[in-house]
Amino acid sequence: MTATRLIPFFVVLPLAGVFLIMLFGWKLRRFSEGTTLLVTLSLLALSFFSIGVQHAQSTLVHFSGGWKPPAGILLVEDGLTVFMLVTVHLVACCIVLFAISYMKKYTSPGKFYALFLMTLSGMNGILVTGDLFNLFVFLEVSSLSACALVAFGTERHELEAAFKYGVMNTLGAAFVLLGIAFLYAYCSTLNMADMAKVIAEKGGGRVVPMAAVLFIMGFGLKAALVPFHAWLPDAHPSAPAPISAMLSGLIIKCLGVYTLFRVLFCVLGMTPMLRSVLLFLGALSMGVGAFSAVGQWDIKRLLAYSSLSQIGYIVFGIGLGTPLGILGGLLHLFNHSVGKSLLFLTSGAVDYATGTRDMRKMGGLSQRMPVTSATGMIGAMSIAGVPPFGGFWSKLLIIFAAVQAGYFGYAAWAVLAGVVTMGYLAKAMKQTFAGALPESLRQVQEVPLLMRCAMVILAILCVGGGLLLLPGIQEAFLRHASEVLLNGSLYAKLIG
Amino acid sequence: MMVYWLCLVLFCIGLYGVVRKRNVIKIVIGLIICEYASNLLFILVGYRMNGRAPVLSPDIPIENMVDPLPQAMVLTTIVIGVATTLLLVALALRLYEKYGTFDITKISELKG
Repeated sequence: MTATRLIPFFVVLPLAGVFLIMLFGWKLRRFSEGTTLLVTLSLLALSFFSIGVQHAQSTLVHFSGGWKPPAGILLVEDGLTVFMLVTVHLVACCIVLFAISYMKKYTSPGKFYALFLMTLSGMNGILVTGDLFNLFVFLEVSSLSACALVAFGTERHELEAAFKYGVMNTLGAAFVLLGIAFLYAYCSTLNMADMAKVIAEKGGGRVVPMAAVLFIMGFGLKAALVPFHAWLPDAHPSAPAPISAMLSGLIIKCLGVYTLFRVLFCVLGMTPMLRSVLLFLGALSMGVGAFSAVGQWDIKRLLAYSSLSQIGYIVFGIGLGTPLGILGGLLHLFNHSVGKSLLFLTSGAVDYATGTRDMRKMGGLSQRMPVTSATGMIGAMSIAGVPPFGGFWSKLLIIFAAVQAGYFGYAAWAVLAGVVTMGYLAKAMKQTFAGALPESLRQVQEVPLLMRCAMVILAILCVGGGLLLLPGIQEAFLRHASEVLLNGSLYAKLIG
Repeated sequence: MMVYWLCLVLFCIGLYGVVRKRNVIKIVIGLIICEYASNLLFILVGYRMNGRAPVLSPDIPIENMVDPLPQAMVLTTIVIGVATTLLLVALALRLYEKYGTFDITKISELKG
């Protein structure tokens, strides 16, 4: 009983942090950094605690305000939610550690921390809510604050990227709202579990596929699936490094991938038609992202295109709908969150030390920045899928699942995209860290201690990503999450 | 039935504004039109022909009342829409300071 009372804290704690920072942050030194670190660490502890509780009770439900469903808003914590919460807070803690040193060069870091916590509370809200309209509200909370964060530097490129991001996101939200309106007209309820029940009883009709298409467009815009991806390669590189890490590591996954699969699998119910659409979009993203990344010379832009391609892998894996595919997709979600955040932090560290993001002006940095280069290598190898690291296992699972389901063409395509991924990441690492040190970079210093700490923690997580598949650990963490998606129709049983 | 189609036409007009217009402010206006079309659809979903306001009082029976839930939700989306518009217009003004123009084709140093 007490455990269910803790669920609202995932939303309330960061919001309280925002409030305190806006009140006292400008007066007291170090107050905003301390509050943010405290909030994220306690949220991390809370999400680890909820793994154990969720293991014992399978699904936790909190009735906010004591209102019973379908009238009240539910906060639900099942396996998938817990999995996402742990991923989000692991990465968010490291990002805060990194930001404490990195954000010193900006004029008002207090506002940065306030917006950061606002984004975090929106993401947590999306993860725990059981009400479709509430999900829309949290979606807007986090995407608006993320948009403000992209523009944080207020230089030419940042403003332009933030404007594009804002327009695309608002358009996506309008599509989502339209979909919600259609579904409400059909089911006369907004509670997701109740909605799933009504749809299962009444059958799909013509409204549900229509809503599904609107959701794929809306959430696809937020997840940057390929035909809807135009904003991502601009927005991710332009933001400050901690925000790029957050955008690529967490936001596109919580706002896009998680919501898409929660709604499609648990509420609307998957059909073969939807599955083939998802497989096609996933494969398209894989290829387009990988091939566009090859020609980039801006290190952060290369990483942004790589994010596109990895999101394709995740959508493809989960879209297969087989147990192995879902397991691989979720594991890849975790590995990509950790690995890509690490790579963006590394590129931020390089930018911090050298003042440039152009790989043609770099080289030989491993002599001057040993920690950064070692962690960067680990991150790149994990994303590229080099055997002992986490990314290898998840890509292997996805490709096996595709072969098992009989999609040989898609499997070959995934292998090809993986090879290309290895190629462009090798190019990036070679250009940045290997070779001769140019004259202009002789004076480069290694980055401060806290930044190194953050990168080392993420690198350890990257190495350990494959361990999640071991029996024992897999049952505790991944298995529950994949079961939620696999038996999506069980979600309807949440309410009596 | 006609009203619903007109709603979707309104949404498409907004979409046209976002996709085809070159002026930053007109793009923002297009977005607002999109948002309002979906709000309108939401209100229509809860509307009943000749329905009365959803006020609960003990002496009037609950019949022929419009659905109050969409109205409450549209209120929320309008507030969200204000926040979005505010942010986008603020960005547009800062863009004007930096580039000296509202023309989106001239504000394109980043290639998507």
